[in-house]
Amino acid sequence: MTRKMKKTRNRIIGVLAAFIVLLIVDHIGLFEGLSWPVIFVIYLIPYIVIGYDVLRKAFINISHGQVFDENFLMMIATFGAFAIGEYSEALAVMLFYQIGELFQSYAVGKSRASITELMSIAPEYANVIQENGEAVETDPEEVTIGTMLLIKPGEKIPIDGIVVEGDSFIDTSAITGESVPRRVTEGGEVISGCVNKDSVLKIRTTKNYEDSTVSKILELVENASNKKSRMENFITRFARYYTPVVTIGAVLLAVIPPIMGLMPFADSVKRACIFLIVSCPCALVISVPLGFFGGIGASSKLGILVKGSNYLEAIAEASTLVLDKTGTITKGEFKVTEIIQANAEISKEEIICIAAGAEKFSNHPIARSVIEYHEELHKNNDALADDNNELTEIKEVPGHGITAKLSGEDIYVGNVKLLKANNIAFKESDKPGTIIYVAKGKVFIGTIIISDTIKEGAAKSISNVKKAGVSKVVMLTGDNDDAARVVADKVGIDEVYSQLLPADKVERVEKLLADNNSGKVAFVGDGINDAPVLMRADVGIAMGSMGSDAAIEAADIVLMDDDIGKISAVIKIARKTLAIVKENIVFALSVKILILFLGAVGIATMWMAVFGDVGVAVLAILNSMRAMKWSKEDMNG
Amino acid sequence: MKKSYKCEVDCANCAAKMEEAINKIDGVKSARVNFMTQKLTLEADDDIYDEILDAAVKACKKVEPDCEIEI
Repeated sequence: MTRKMKKTRNRIIGVLAAFIVLLIVDHIGLFEGLSWPVIFVIYLIPYIVIGYDVLRKAFINISHGQVFDENFLMMIATFGAFAIGEYSEALAVMLFYQIGELFQSYAVGKSRASITELMSIAPEYANVIQENGEAVETDPEEVTIGTMLLIKPGEKIPIDGIVVEGDSFIDTSAITGESVPRRVTEGGEVISGCVNKDSVLKIRTTKNYEDSTVSKILELVENASNKKSRMENFITRFARYYTPVVTIGAVLLAVIPPIMGLMPFADSVKRACIFLIVSCPCALVISVPLGFFGGIGASSKLGILVKGSNYLEAIAEASTLVLDKTGTITKGEFKVTEIIQANAEISKEEIICIAAGAEKFSNHPIARSVIEYHEELHKNNDALADDNNELTEIKEVPGHGITAKLSGEDIYVGNVKLLKANNIAFKESDKPGTIIYVAKGKVFIGTIIISDTIKEGAAKSISNVKKAGVSKVVMLTGDNDDAARVVADKVGIDEVYSQLLPADKVERVEKLLADNNSGKVAFVGDGINDAPVLMRADVGIAMGSMGSDAAIEAADIVLMDDDIGKISAVIKIARKTLAIVKENIVFALSVKILILFLGAVGIATMWMAVFGDVGVAVLAILNSMRAMKWSKEDMNG
Repeated sequence: MKKSYKCEVDCANCAAKMEEAINKIDGVKSARVNFMTQKLTLEADDDIYDEILDAAVKACKKVEPDCEIEI
């Protein structure tokens, strides 16, 4: 509780006690015989004590031209009650309004605190190592790039950096949601927001605090509530009309029936007061954004950054999920999985040796995998001849492969096109994966098959996404059809589009967007080359790879630990959040409309009206709090 | 220049009204009053920034006299 709230609480306790005494005194008939001005003053004093701030604000706001705020409405309603001689009612209404307001701000404060608690990753200090070797506590914002920092066990890593000394396990769960600690050693990168678990680390910072992962995440999540969902915008607009409309209703209700002679003025004013009290849209205006904020907080706890309420709303409606293959479903690590000899005369070692020699200057992931495989082979077997440096005239034929010469003979290492272009007879392979054909002196000598490995749990993740309500899962890839099909079948993908260039992917997603008339299209990519597609889809989900800037920039939702299993979790959180928000809207509006109706026909009391205002708001806020609660079952089940 | 300030605002409706009022001030590029994070984010040109900040605080006080902004 803030000081302001405590003050209000004390005032409420005092006035509540006075109110009870007044009720008792009234009940035993001690007020009988007193003239009305005396009773009026007796009630007016506690009324002023409890309501002076409301009155003050109402007057100030009117002088500023801000009519129709809740202070003004409460003032008019209670003045109305005084005017018709319902003194105790006027005091009670103001008193309970204040109690409700206090509860409301307490509940909001609490939920705000617990959501920010979810994101308590900001470091308070950094231990900077001085020249004399001593560590001095410094404000992280003042640390420059290249500074040496000391991180003791149990401390948060304040700024991104590289380990210079030490060997420890770090807990990355605050950033990625991954509970298994990661081991870091000298030369390894560490990310701010992680907690050093067991031994002292010395790191050299590679970024300023404001560019570090932790402050980027904080900024993102804080700004997330600025991007408003349709539901929030609707409520804001609704609130703008709701209050004036109900207030006009109140005026009409106060004036027309007495003029028509249907009821005495006092009765109609009382009914109008009920209208005024219920006309405050607080319940909606607070609980709706709070629900979304809670959903975003719950996601960030799992290592899923949602950049705005609008994206949470969109992902809840996702009916089509489009995935990129490499780096998303597969690990993006290519490995030589098979070498097939064309004839027994030339050994597998020789085939790989020639291929590695031809590819030795290439940085392409496929080439790297051949070179690595070759190096591995040599490490394990010293007896192998190392003739791979004897290749000369290495030339790259774009889109085909590589040609070279080895002791006068032509060497061809590449795809089908390369061998066909050079009229070499060969046996085309139907194996899945990327295939490299090797020929020596116009004779085909063998095939190397390279495949990407599927991420663990990819199949389960996809089936969870379907269980969460996505009806169609599509895979896009630049790879050949066979390789794509094998992966798709293994993980349970519905549609596959292969051999796509980056521009084709955009076109594909656009087509899916056009075809999809119900629900939204979400795209998941690793964010490095998928930026255009991430932007184009209704919701772009990127693999954050622990702080990859490009991914965080382009996407709407970022999965910090590249785990596609989190997609079903965020869909579920989003659906739950939306359900809660809808519950609140329906609940608050129906209670208010019911009270308005009962008030109009004269059944509702002012007490009910106060409940319709602040009571409903408190209940809606408490309901919104559920959005931030998340359990393991929600993610897996 | 874009800067954030801590801003104590009691109700979400008022926050929306403040935001609207600040955005109407001449020279304000963008303004946000976030009820959830209790923050005011103001973007305006550097040379007139201080004047605009003053005007923004006044606009907020007009909407809610109790609102406190830490500068």
